[in-house]
Amino acid sequence: MNAADTAFVIICAAMVMLMTPALALFYGGLVRSRNVLSTSMHSYASLGLITVLWAVVGYTLAFGGDVGGLIGNLSYLFLNNVGAANNGPVDNLPHTAFMAFQCMFAVLTVALISGSYAERIRFSAMLLFSALWLIFAYCPMAHWVWGGGWMAQMGAVDFAGGAVVHMASAAAALACAHAVGPRLNLGRSMSPNNLPMTLLGGGLLWFGWFGFNAGSALAANELAAHALVTTHLATAGGILGWMLVEWKRTGKPTTLGVISGALAGLVAITPAAGFVGIMPSIFIGFVGGIICYGGVLLKNRLGYDDALDVVGIHGVGGTWGAFATGVFAIASVNKVDGLLAGNPHQLWVQVVSIVATWVFVYVVSRILLCIVNALVGLRVTPDAELSGLDLSEHNERGYSL
Amino acid sequence: MKKIEIIIRPSKLEDVKQQLSAIGIHGMNYTEIRGFGRQRGHTEVYRGSTYEVDCLPKIKLDIVIHDEALDKVLAAVTSSARTGNIGDGKIFIYDVLDAMRIRTGERGNAAL
Repeated sequence: MNAADTAFVIICAAMVMLMTPALALFYGGLVRSRNVLSTSMHSYASLGLITVLWAVVGYTLAFGGDVGGLIGNLSYLFLNNVGAANNGPVDNLPHTAFMAFQCMFAVLTVALISGSYAERIRFSAMLLFSALWLIFAYCPMAHWVWGGGWMAQMGAVDFAGGAVVHMASAAAALACAHAVGPRLNLGRSMSPNNLPMTLLGGGLLWFGWFGFNAGSALAANELAAHALVTTHLATAGGILGWMLVEWKRTGKPTTLGVISGALAGLVAITPAAGFVGIMPSIFIGFVGGIICYGGVLLKNRLGYDDALDVVGIHGVGGTWGAFATGVFAIASVNKVDGLLAGNPHQLWVQVVSIVATWVFVYVVSRILLCIVNALVGLRVTPDAELSGLDLSEHNERGYSL
Repeated sequence: MKKIEIIIRPSKLEDVKQQLSAIGIHGMNYTEIRGFGRQRGHTEVYRGSTYEVDCLPKIKLDIVIHDEALDKVLAAVTSSARTGNIGDGKIFIYDVLDAMRIRTGERGNAAL
């Protein structure tokens, strides 16, 4: 047990917790004013529901003893055997600190999905889907990558959650966009209600992301410092990439573009933060900003309504990041070489993990959405949708100015 | 008595108010409105998607005046609100039957 590591990871867990309220601000500002509370509610509901489920059953399924490379056993059910002792996956931390840090990731991942079904989902359907998704999609994914499951055994690396958090939430988001269907009157008067709030949320996400990525070193060491630097530089690169391509394509750079580019950079560096060198991290973020801009345009081409661009940013950025990890990883940073360091095999296992993540999570999500639709109905009535979910689902209004 | 309804650019509100004060109009109501006419709206871009916004913000002033003051008021408004570009606004003039000041019960011009 190491006191410095413990203090560091506790603070990082708190920073990652802050990312979910930050996401509520980020998403809340992007929807129309009649849905600002319902959209924020999706994040806060995740903090309540997913935290409890994580303690009861989620943690043990993700990090309990390996069963066939597929899922964790029930040794930590109800957090049994999870206490102050360092008997968890890492021996420099109290088991509770590790469990809490991972809990924040689960909460955030579920909240991220809400960007796709915002402004039209029934709240009860959102809760039921989130609960089922944690158990049947997130826990297996976390186990495969971080709990000693088959992806880890194969040698795929994902430093802080490119697959588990970003690709998984994006694959679920795509399934939701397909299953729930597009919003009514799409394309007409869809202006965000409060971009300054979105900017504040985005800035706080950036701050929390230092806990997310540097904290994923699980120790206050050189690797954590390295991950913090790559994270910050990639985010800066993402801003520049998005701004540049937007300026060229639509004539003016936008603040929403800048904060979206920052997010794209953050997402792209997430799997790579503790594996790639510092200069490549700028490139990864910069390219992330450019291709995520293309990613958000995809939905218009392909005809799904991913309201707040979970697929465009987390899906495209996370996929690029996982791929780039296989290209730029270098053993001097963290014992893994990628393509450019002469190890093409790493790129191959990264690609396998990318395809497996998308297919597995998309299929599971579609099945769960079918079940939820049959039980409670996914979508509110057209009247409720047009009057806004704040009133129809929660009996509240966000602004009484 | 005449009621005039004046629709102007929001940026011209202060100028118009000042000009009307200068010719002795000391009371008016205004409302922030949205609408469109010949002036086209503007374009907004969010994450690469372009939206045409056709309703623009305008200011609507409502003033009730003596019949004799009408020409003076129209001249003051046009001189202060005009830029010469499409979107300067419109003025509508109505006859008013009567008016009453609630505090004193005065009627007609005395109530203005």
